[in-house]
Amino acid sequence: MSAVVDEHDHHADDHHDHGPAKGLLRWITTTNHKDIGTMYLVFALAMFFVGGAMAMVIRAELFEPGLQFVDPAFFNSMTTMHALVMVFGAVMPAFVGLANWQIPLMIGAADMALPRMNNMSFWMLVAGVLLLASTLFMEGGAPNGGWTLYPPLVLQPITVGKALPFAVFSVHLLGISSIMGAINIIATIFNMRAPAMKMMDMPLFVWTWLITAFLLIAVMPVFAGAVTMLLTDKFFHTSFFNAAGGGDPVLYQHIFWFFGHPEVYIMILPTFGVASTIIPVFARKPLFGYASMVWATGSIAFLSFIVWAHHMFTVGMPIAGELYFMYATMIIAVPTGVKVFNWTATMWKGAMTFETPMLFSIAFVVLFTMGGFTGLMMSIAPADFQYHDTYFIVAHFHYTLVPASIFILMAAGYFWLPKWTGHMYNEKIGQLHFWLSVISVNILFFPQHFLGLAGMPRRIPDYAIQFADWNMISSIGGFIFGASQLLFLYIVIDTVRGGTGEKVSDEVWEDAGKHGLEWTLPSPVPYHTWTTPPTSAPTEHVLDSH
Amino acid sequence: MALGLGAAQADYTLNLMKGVTKVSNDIYDLHMLILWICVAIGVGVFGVMFYSIYHHRKSKGHVAAQFHENTTVEIIWTIIPTLILVAMAIPATYTMLELNDVEKSDMTIQVTGRQWYWDYKYLNSDIHFESHLDEASERAHRTKGADPRSVPHYLLNVDKPLVIPVKKKVRFVLTSTDVIHSWWVPDLGWKKDANPGFINEAWTSVDKAGTYRGQCTELCGRDHAFMPIVVIALEQPEYDAWVIKTLEQQKQKPDLSDQSSQQLMAHGESVYLKNCVGCHQINGAGVPGLIPALTGSAIATGKWESLDGFLRAGTSKMPKFDKLNAKESAELMTYVRNNLGNKVGDELQPKQTALPDDDD
Repeated sequence: MSAVVDEHDHHADDHHDHGPAKGLLRWITTTNHKDIGTMYLVFALAMFFVGGAMAMVIRAELFEPGLQFVDPAFFNSMTTMHALVMVFGAVMPAFVGLANWQIPLMIGAADMALPRMNNMSFWMLVAGVLLLASTLFMEGGAPNGGWTLYPPLVLQPITVGKALPFAVFSVHLLGISSIMGAINIIATIFNMRAPAMKMMDMPLFVWTWLITAFLLIAVMPVFAGAVTMLLTDKFFHTSFFNAAGGGDPVLYQHIFWFFGHPEVYIMILPTFGVASTIIPVFARKPLFGYASMVWATGSIAFLSFIVWAHHMFTVGMPIAGELYFMYATMIIAVPTGVKVFNWTATMWKGAMTFETPMLFSIAFVVLFTMGGFTGLMMSIAPADFQYHDTYFIVAHFHYTLVPASIFILMAAGYFWLPKWTGHMYNEKIGQLHFWLSVISVNILFFPQHFLGLAGMPRRIPDYAIQFADWNMISSIGGFIFGASQLLFLYIVIDTVRGGTGEKVSDEVWEDAGKHGLEWTLPSPVPYHTWTTPPTSAPTEHVLDSH
Repeated sequence: MALGLGAAQADYTLNLMKGVTKVSNDIYDLHMLILWICVAIGVGVFGVMFYSIYHHRKSKGHVAAQFHENTTVEIIWTIIPTLILVAMAIPATYTMLELNDVEKSDMTIQVTGRQWYWDYKYLNSDIHFESHLDEASERAHRTKGADPRSVPHYLLNVDKPLVIPVKKKVRFVLTSTDVIHSWWVPDLGWKKDANPGFINEAWTSVDKAGTYRGQCTELCGRDHAFMPIVVIALEQPEYDAWVIKTLEQQKQKPDLSDQSSQQLMAHGESVYLKNCVGCHQINGAGVPGLIPALTGSAIATGKWESLDGFLRAGTSKMPKFDKLNAKESAELMTYVRNNLGNKVGDELQPKQTALPDDDD
């Protein structure tokens, strides 16, 4: 019966017989990609505020020179935990949440290929993050050796108390969770596409996630291996990273960054995908250079494996290594540039409107490009001998993460929430949230370029007086940015509970149906969709060739 | 905000410093070149984007074009950036080779990173000393309510700066005895990691006499922010005089004459601030779960002979402090036993703590 309901039929939402189970158990046992996507997104949002609270502690301590609020070791725990929570608890799960919701809708699949594993990977994520968070309450505190967990510092009894094994097992759980999620995404994309949709018909978001999933499978085991070696060095008397036993602490850095560099692309490639989905809708134009976008994503992913030691220019590498990693890193600017040019060309001669998702996406293109520029500057190895481990780096990677990944996650929220809930968000508050965010994020991070160039190292709780003014300005920006995000929380809750009360159409956004399959479904999206696959793939970029 | 910075603080800068070496100037030029290239690309791309945002909007009645690829344009904007990158890579390669060339140096200094100070050893002479954060900064950052702005060169001052001659190629060999540190003086143009168990090389040749300040730039534990670097570059004659004076001072034996208890306590505090405070904290409370307290500690307040032996031997967690001479040991022990919440009530004189074979 409902298995053969044509989803294009708007009476589909009258069929309640296959709705969600009632009660709390629904969320624990669910195998529905929408439920699991929602849980990932809610969890990520919660962790965004937890990690954000830690950032507020950091900015409060740096508001003025001198130590006012926290002990230096706790400060180090905050920088460490802020990074780990934001990377593994907020950004990555948020994109997995989007993948869960959107990939089946976009490719015309009824659900993810491996629904039970999907449930398991979510709950392992929760377990992993809770395990990590538990170290905050332990004697000796949470890990405070930086999120990179460099030995010998992280192994030192006077630095890290009992937290290390918990952090290591947490990484294992998070790694297993990510790998299962990635396998699921790959299996879904390869096997469950609507028959009409060829690989080169897939929306960019699906493409970028497919490539990201391969990165995850490739590098999460490497990270798990590295932290396991830390564990055995600490407790089982191995000497992987101990020179006294024939090991090398720098070996850890090579292994870590072999994971770490693809990891940062794991957080940015899906961002590219969402931007490539949103910008065409509000420019009312097909995405420019679809094929080159796919190839650029693939090239960036490939390059991410062969540039890792640009995080280590000052570690003492042979000159051949320094030069190789410099050249390889510089090349990344080419495919990344192609993407930025393509987004610009997509806007060119469009008929643009500037609803909140579009505003966040435009800010992403501009501010991510600024982060790209500083990245290019840092690829110049001799110059990196000055930039490395200063606030210039802190500014760089926050530009590529906050007004890039985080802004695009916000954009995605505004873009798809009406589709998911059937309610329109409050556009005025959305725009207020955008303007507060975009202004404060620059007050927060732009001055950090100056601080780094003027000589302020990163990861310090106290600083020389000449750094005082920009730190204060940066902190003020941070507090405004942090407070502004409460508006987003309000909007999400408000939209789920009815929003403006306006009934949104199936397309939600004008002519969105030309751009993706999900807009041809009813709003709100029924609990089960595409039980019969769509017969055509109305992605706009392929209209010409078909 | 305090924009009127006193003369005792460095100038307030927005850009990278040019520095005082040829390499640092080359790096500055590279930095400015790539910065202007980025600015030019940014102005171009964002210019087009904002033109489009302004003109190609639906509210102005603009109708969307439907083009979605153009092979020529796409090839052009792949090739041009590639050419710019090649143009950048050439000068960068030359500077990198120069930065790496440690051959034919005039002198070598061994830099050892320790938690949390630097140890300098001049390999061509017998000069060897430690360089700690100065006492004024040490007190200020550890005291609630202290005003850092009243401390000259807050957190960027040391008790004994590294002294080098100008216009000489000074080679550095860097290592560490505990965790990874990184030695950075922006005016010299580079930083280099100090890895435990391994030796890195770097070099400098300072053009201009002066005082240059920097910091550790690799997270090295709780006091990472508190191990600055000060390099003083002197003209050759002054440098030579400094070498002679320093060698003489090094040969001097410590004054083992008796001290008043106030003197012992005051000197002891200095020794404590230099050697112990990083772990055991300014009030001797230690860090719960990581570092034992000295307040009420059985070792600290027990027999002074066993405390002395403990300090000289160290433990698996604590480095040995056999580098303290009899004078410093006596001062430190008197301080630890009669301050930090302890009241043993004894007074140890340098002569007491001197070992029979201790000719320091």
